[in-house]
Amino acid sequence: MDFQVVILAGGFSSNLVPLVSKEVPKALLPVANRPVLSYVLDLLESNNLKDLIVVVEGEDAALKVGGWISSACVDRLHVEVAAVAENVGTAGALRAIAHHLTAKDILIVSGDIVSDIPPGAVAATHRRHDAAVTVMLCAQPVSGPSESGGSGGKDKTKKPACDDIIGLDSLKQFLLYIAKGAEIKKDTRVKKSILCAAGKMEIRSDLMDSHIYAFKRSVLQEVLDQKPAFRSLKEDVLPYLVRTQLRSEIFSDQNNVEENGNGNGKNNMQNNEVVLSQILSNASLPSFHQVYESGLDSRKTHKCCVYIADESKYFVRLNSIQAFMDVNRDVIGDANHLSGYSFSAHHNIVHPSAELGSKTTVGPHCMLGEGSQVGDKCSVKRSVIGRHCRIGSNVKIVNSVVMDHATIGDGCSIQGSVICSNAQLQERVTLRDCQVEAGYVVCAGSEHKGETFARK
Amino acid sequence: MESRRNPRAVVDPKVRQVGFFTSSQPDSSSTQQQPDPISSTSASSPPLSTISPSGNSLSPVMIPPPLHNSSDTFPLRAAAAGAAASAVSPSSFSYSSRRDFPDGSTTASPGRHSRGSFVKSSVPVASSLPGIGMDSMAAAKSSSVPASGLTTVSVVTMPPGLSEKASGMEVQSDQKKPLKEKTTKAERRAIQEAQRAAKAAAKADGGKVAPVNAASVASTSVKAAKPGKATSQKNDVAVAAGAAEKKGGPSEKDRKKDAPHPRMQYDDESRVVKAKRRAVVKQTEAKNRVELFRHLPQYEHGTQLPDLETKFFQLDPMHPAVYKVGLQYLSGDISGGNARCIAMLQAFQEVVKDYSTPPEKSLNRDMTAKISSYVSFLIECRPLSISMGNAIRFVKNRIAKLPITLSESEAKAALQSDIERFINDKIIGADTVIVKHAVTKIRDGDVLLTYGSPTAVEMVLLHAHELRKKFRVLVVDSRPKLEGQLLLRRLIKRGINCTYTHINAISYIMHEVTKVFLGASSVLSNGTVYSRVGTACVAMVANAFRVPVLVCCEAYKFHERVQLDSICSNELGDPNAISKVHGREDINYLDGLTNNANLQFLNLMYDATPSDYISMIITDYGMVPPTSVPVIVREYQKEHLLV
Repeated sequence: MDFQVVILAGGFSSNLVPLVSKEVPKALLPVANRPVLSYVLDLLESNNLKDLIVVVEGEDAALKVGGWISSACVDRLHVEVAAVAENVGTAGALRAIAHHLTAKDILIVSGDIVSDIPPGAVAATHRRHDAAVTVMLCAQPVSGPSESGGSGGKDKTKKPACDDIIGLDSLKQFLLYIAKGAEIKKDTRVKKSILCAAGKMEIRSDLMDSHIYAFKRSVLQEVLDQKPAFRSLKEDVLPYLVRTQLRSEIFSDQNNVEENGNGNGKNNMQNNEVVLSQILSNASLPSFHQVYESGLDSRKTHKCCVYIADESKYFVRLNSIQAFMDVNRDVIGDANHLSGYSFSAHHNIVHPSAELGSKTTVGPHCMLGEGSQVGDKCSVKRSVIGRHCRIGSNVKIVNSVVMDHATIGDGCSIQGSVICSNAQLQERVTLRDCQVEAGYVVCAGSEHKGETFARK
Repeated sequence: MESRRNPRAVVDPKVRQVGFFTSSQPDSSSTQQQPDPISSTSASSPPLSTISPSGNSLSPVMIPPPLHNSSDTFPLRAAAAGAAASAVSPSSFSYSSRRDFPDGSTTASPGRHSRGSFVKSSVPVASSLPGIGMDSMAAAKSSSVPASGLTTVSVVTMPPGLSEKASGMEVQSDQKKPLKEKTTKAERRAIQEAQRAAKAAAKADGGKVAPVNAASVASTSVKAAKPGKATSQKNDVAVAAGAAEKKGGPSEKDRKKDAPHPRMQYDDESRVVKAKRRAVVKQTEAKNRVELFRHLPQYEHGTQLPDLETKFFQLDPMHPAVYKVGLQYLSGDISGGNARCIAMLQAFQEVVKDYSTPPEKSLNRDMTAKISSYVSFLIECRPLSISMGNAIRFVKNRIAKLPITLSESEAKAALQSDIERFINDKIIGADTVIVKHAVTKIRDGDVLLTYGSPTAVEMVLLHAHELRKKFRVLVVDSRPKLEGQLLLRRLIKRGINCTYTHINAISYIMHEVTKVFLGASSVLSNGTVYSRVGTACVAMVANAFRVPVLVCCEAYKFHERVQLDSICSNELGDPNAISKVHGREDINYLDGLTNNANLQFLNLMYDATPSDYISMIITDYGMVPPTSVPVIVREYQKEHLLV
């Protein structure tokens, strides 16, 4: 279909500290005991996209990610990994691999997506409108634990500030305005020409940019070349394209085609093309771009389209600790078709090699990795426990994520927390809404709430 | 419907046999034909496979076989065509198209499923990631960021030419087969399977099968490899059944495959279910359909597009250009006969450009099959117009006629230029000639009426305006499409004096009109003009007011079919479109009634205007009365195909 897929897998994201570390880049954070990148790869593979370029920030991370992909996806996918310097931003990352992009259109997918929205829909919309860029929008996910859990209060209040403010035309086909909610303090500017041309603009704050984009390659490369200061796709490139959609300074090649539609051809051959393009453009309802174009001669336009995903589809980006908790909860809970595991009758997954002590209960929406040992009289609810964990007796784990090889002593109580791999909790530790870095040791008998444990 | 009420001089096709040749000497393939004892008529079908998604058994409403089913290369058609027009089902056959199916195509499919046996050549090469500094600096041109190299960490080995198949898709069953026989053959095969049961029953009494066998012995030998291949692709049940009746099977099969397809009748439930199974576009049948039009396809609108969109990457064999055109048809982004036809032909040009002949296949056959599969995809998006059918027939004919000696690149170039020439000569060139003719009919002081948004008429009006003729235009429009508004906007921009009204007011405004200019989707060989719904109404009112009606129609849209009403062949639009008023959310009196069993919406797309109401048809061959259409069809049809 002449699409190239680029996965921006990021590096060591700062807002996921302490979950990410030198050992575990963001792309390899386990969601239900699988790296988050695998969800993206699965989604693309199920859509028959098997030629992928994964861009990773930092060489070490690229080595790790590449190593994981080569072990997991051999003979299923054709994946190439590119390492880019750290802190170049998404636009910088694309600039760095720009010379590898050859297809007509580029599909850019963020590597931290857990979703079941078919990317083909974006691509199809993009093709149908012959757009410069198509953005997938989806409904704002419900943040915070759904029911009893009681954690995440602070994130809940923070979340609405990160909303995207999105302006759509009346048919919900074109993107007229996009901004991050956090950037808008009191007022904002909307291009008058766009507003005039479109006639009507619908401003939505209940939609979210999903970080799945389809770009026309020529446009993308031209913007990246012309604007070396642009660092981020979402914050720089996309608003720029939306802003300039009625007076585009790009598109050297498309102009010729469109010019034929308006200008008057000189010779016979060109005349035919004029008639041809006229017939084609007259055949359909003109978008406001075309109306505007014909109103003011010699103005070039490009289209910024949107695809609005169905609300029933699941979509979460793993970009904060809260999102990490949410994703883990949903993948073994509500959205368990994404996990790829088959659930038992009790709606949980207990690996056959896991050992449970007597009187230990594992509730629904739980996951117990292979080789993990749980002592007597434990209770596990709505939690993910990784591989080869050792959990003592009388331990209570609710709404938490325990990664591989963690050790939890007797009598611990863990709620709404993340215990990274190889961490150790000594006896009678009580944690609530805490994050424990990999390899950290929490002293016995301590009681913490809302803290982050990391070696300085 | 008017034509029903009024048993005027709409000529009986049996008597006139319009538009067909009388037989010359039969060619070699048709000599094999023997009269079928059951149906007693025979028509030779073209070597190219047909493009209509149709079955081939008796249909409740008889529809003559579409034009593209016939071929000028088989003059024997004359007898059959007359018979077909006289409402006898054309369950006839020939064996000439066997060469569509070269042997050995099944050998490709097992390999496809045994992906696990491919050599795993990928090595974990993560350790060999390139240093950023070395190659990347050189590669980055204008950016400040160093470019980086790619490291292949995972590869899939695939035999060349075989594309990956997604699993769990609806189209998968089609894809298991080699691409070239994807749809046309699949369709015919599905029909065979449907008739297998019936055949088995027929076999019990035995007497019938024998003469059929005798008639087709000649062909059975031609296709010795055929039965095995066909059955191998069937599911287990079919294979079991097929083995039992292999003796009678092949000949029966051939006959069915080659028969011209009557249009698919959508009130035949079993067939609809089968058609749906092999459809690429997921189609949900609309619930409340008007009984009289049940034989036409009608689907729930609104579900097809999202569904097709999600499958974007999964339809591997589909060419992106074709896919794009299909999406645009489905979403209504492209409408209008000329535009649709041009868009399709341009997509085919892309297809030809990107085409490369698979090993062990010949370009002529493989490309024909490929085009056929694309066409059936387009049909699923929206039924073809007659003009598109003619264009497809042209393309296929050109492919078939390619000299075998041409190299692939030469053949591709020849085809591309052929398609280019068709667009330029038959569509755009035709329009300029039409404009030249029609403009002579516009005098100063004229009040011209047009209906909808016909491209040819628009060009005429604009040209007349450029010649500084003084005239006024009345644009008549109708809901729900309101295409006239677009035309109106363009005319006003050029400074033409216009009046805009809806078709309800037609009798009121007609008295001031001096000429009516109409467009047409197709002109049939009895002079009937098949056009946007409402055209007949305009023409009749004009006739009653003694206003001349001039129809501008390119000759490539002419068709030898005879149609007396607009019921048997038509297209149904989105039924919800007529219950809603665009831009007026407050007019919602019909909301919530869409699924009421007592209410059926009927949104017809076309109607047929009897030739009595047409004063003149302006084509690229000049201005002719509607009675002369058969002459043009007869004299120039061959030329159309050959250009």
